Amino acid sequence: MNTNMSTATLTSRLGGLLMAPVNLLMRVLDIPLRAVQKAAGIGGMAAVFLAPNMLIFGIFVLLPLVINFVYSMTGGTAFFLSEREFVGAAQYERLFQCANYLDPMSCQEDAFWTAVGNTFWFVVLQVSLMILTALITALILNRDLAARSFWRAVFFFPVLLSPVVVGLIWKWILQRQGLLNFGLYQFGVEPYTWLTDRNWTFVATIGVSLWAHMGFYALILLAGLQAIPKDLYEAAEMDGTKPARVFWRITLPLLMPNLLVVVVLALIRAVQIFDEVYVLTGGGPGTSTLYLTQYIYETGFASALRNPGLAAAASILMGLVLVVLTLVQLGIGQRGEKKGKR
Amino acid sequence: MGVASRFILRRRGGNGWHWTDIVTWVWLVGGLIIMFGPAVWLAFSSFKTPAALAEFPPSILPYVTSQATVQGYDKPLQLFDAKMPDGSTKVLAEVRRIGTMSQMVDPKTPGEIVRVNINDRTPVRSVSFATENYTTPFTQFDFLRYLWNSVFVTVTATLITLIVNSMAAFALSKYEFRGRSLAMLIILATLMVPLSVIMVPLYSIISSLGLFNNLWGVILPTVATPTGVFILRQYMLTIPDELIDAARMDKASEWQIYWRIVLPLTAPALAVLAIFSVVWRWNDFLWPLIVLSRRELYTLQVGLSIYSGELNVQWHFILAMTVVTMIPVVLVFIFLQRFITTGIAGTGLK
Repeated sequence: MNTNMSTATLTSRLGGLLMAPVNLLMRVLDIPLRAVQKAAGIGGMAAVFLAPNMLIFGIFVLLPLVINFVYSMTGGTAFFLSEREFVGAAQYERLFQCANYLDPMSCQEDAFWTAVGNTFWFVVLQVSLMILTALITALILNRDLAARSFWRAVFFFPVLLSPVVVGLIWKWILQRQGLLNFGLYQFGVEPYTWLTDRNWTFVATIGVSLWAHMGFYALILLAGLQAIPKDLYEAAEMDGTKPARVFWRITLPLLMPNLLVVVVLALIRAVQIFDEVYVLTGGGPGTSTLYLTQYIYETGFASALRNPGLAAAASILMGLVLVVLTLVQLGIGQRGEKKGKR
Repeated sequence: MGVASRFILRRRGGNGWHWTDIVTWVWLVGGLIIMFGPAVWLAFSSFKTPAALAEFPPSILPYVTSQATVQGYDKPLQLFDAKMPDGSTKVLAEVRRIGTMSQMVDPKTPGEIVRVNINDRTPVRSVSFATENYTTPFTQFDFLRYLWNSVFVTVTATLITLIVNSMAAFALSKYEFRGRSLAMLIILATLMVPLSVIMVPLYSIISSLGLFNNLWGVILPTVATPTGVFILRQYMLTIPDELIDAARMDKASEWQIYWRIVLPLTAPALAVLAIFSVVWRWNDFLWPLIVLSRRELYTLQVGLSIYSGELNVQWHFILAMTVVTMIPVVLVFIFLQRFITTGIAGTGLK
């Protein structure tokens, strides 16, 4: 991140507004903290500075993480741990109770396996389409374009929108009297209620999440493309290398570290898909777009037959998948760093 | 137009159109329409009356059918362009319709009734913005409350995020102490723990702290973002230690060093984190949905999703409130998009 003049002016403008009351508070805080510093010494102040952050991490991230394991081994509908009875691995057994693992309907928790299946196909299709479109967009934005920052912004726009807004925008477009039907009507296609069709809603969730997040990945890939030294291309041009060969031999290999990071990031995000789908389809019709996070949410909180222990068990299984993916990502990152140092 | 024509005429090498020029052109213009089109369509729709929203095929601009009060009739009558038997068209008001015949009157001469076949008349329409779509949810529903809740959560969470994370970053970049790498590791590890994995136990913790159905229950779990600590720490590492040593010689307390010296120098990184935090907190959905179950506590996102999930969706209100929810993010996009894109390209965070 480089400091430039406009960042500085922006900050001073923002700062002037926010800082006046905070400034006073900081002065008052200095009085007790001086006393602490006298007692603990300069080195001890590190702990003081770290404390609020660690406290919040501890209470709201680490503690839940630990409790989650205990939670998944208890039963009943009570939320407080002390009121829950220990059931051992019963919740996991229930999740895996299946006559035939390829047929969700033969399982005791058919909703869980339906969600797993839906999420699997969603992840496979969405991530591959995501990488393809993001790569094409990045390659195009990396060309010698007029007003490149404008075009970059165009593809980035939906990334900032809230998932709820994204869901509602597309719900409105896919309505019977919506824009999509209007467009198709011009070609003589009769209006259709897309969001009541099991297959089309699945396609819609993929398309909508693609629309909402593609710009983010394109941006990372674009940064990777711009880091490729220009003289490589100049040398290739002098040798009269064909553009396709330049792409396969120079662009793709040098972009590979970024591409791998983007693949893993996209996988991690896709596994957790919830917000925009919940607003767009609510998981329906039926269970055609029920994904894992929604299954956990509904099992834990929303349904009449809520079972927090079962939801915790399912969330731990999902967490395992995410940990594996994150470790892969960290591995890639470290390999890239080592390469850079060499 | 200079930029536009340069864009259109730009091509590879300069001798004729290469196929990649065509792909580029199609992809960019298609992207422009697909990326902005849906949001623009929503914004236009938000000014339509319920009747206009139900129309198919829809019109782009919000039209309403014109009405007129005619002497001798209590209610306002709808106006039509009626084709008269002699071939001319006249603006008439419809009194009543019987079968395929419509009884109409000329607003200027209300006495005489004219009979017109319903196929020979078309409604008079004019562009009119249904601003009540915006005012009614604020005055008659709780949307003003939701807006305030969203603003409160966003501003408070961002301020706390900046302070708490910069303090941690200061400790991790400017002090040597035992357990520093452990603290870094813990922060790194939390990157792997998304909300969807811990929502059930987190809910029970929030409840036992008495923060269920409380906006602070939405704010607190989000304020210690690992990405925030990382950006700030990276930036603080570039601040020379000599500055801090000099301040210590001048008997400044550690808190003063943090507040008066390090924090102002970290301003650019703080600004980037602030922009991100505002967008994150404004857009948060799943966690507020879990914590807030009382209507008066909903944030805009939760309120919108609940109202749009109802059986009888009042789309004209939903669309208008979606536009309101979109406004802050669109403002960030227009004025601060640059900072976000360089932030993502540099650190890969979102």
